[in-house]
Amino acid sequence: MWFEFLIYILLGIGVFFNILGGVGLLRFPDVYTRLHAGTKCTTFGSIFITGSVILLGLKMWYLGSTDGSVLAIHTAGALVAILLTNPTGAHAIARAAHKSGVKPVGAVVDSLQDKSDKRTVNKKEEEK
Amino acid sequence: MMEFFDEYMIVLIALLICVIMAMIRVVKGPTAPDRIVGLDTINTIVIVGMVAFGAAFSEVIYIDVAIVYALLSFISTLFIAKYLEGGSF
Repeated sequence: MWFEFLIYILLGIGVFFNILGGVGLLRFPDVYTRLHAGTKCTTFGSIFITGSVILLGLKMWYLGSTDGSVLAIHTAGALVAILLTNPTGAHAIARAAHKSGVKPVGAVVDSLQDKSDKRTVNKKEEEK
Repeated sequence: MMEFFDEYMIVLIALLICVIMAMIRVVKGPTAPDRIVGLDTINTIVIVGMVAFGAAFSEVIYIDVAIVYALLSFISTLFIAKYLEGGSF
């Protein structure tokens, strides 16, 4: 009985964070803050929803179904795929947005821009 | 047995609302990176939806499809980001 409640609680946390990610995607003013909401919240919610499915598979396996172990192991594979690919894609999008000229709204310091400026200056001095 | 798995259908309806919100951002987005952020979010939510669908019907094949979808959407996101960045591949 407590195992089912654990599954429900994990599902509730996952759905809550996914909906927060969607709302943040609509409400935030900027590409970078939208990326913050749309990637972090959905990754965190996905961890909990896949965790609840893994617990469901373990429960089915405990009750004597061979389908349950296969369900749990394959869902763990999907969780590993999400955890590896999602932050990497978000990093690539942020880098591409900065290089294509989208500035953060209301930002005072832009360290990445300063770094790339310094690099171009150094290159020009080396060429001379 | 089906009544135990019904809560995964409720989860799927909530995920559908998230997909609609991300789709509004894809349609509205002022710049191109905004649209890509929306598409990336839709991809993640579709992966989780496939996992929940496989749990709702206790079919393992949907979860295999979710793994392949995750890797392919990752590659497509990287290519679109590379295209936005400019320069040669």
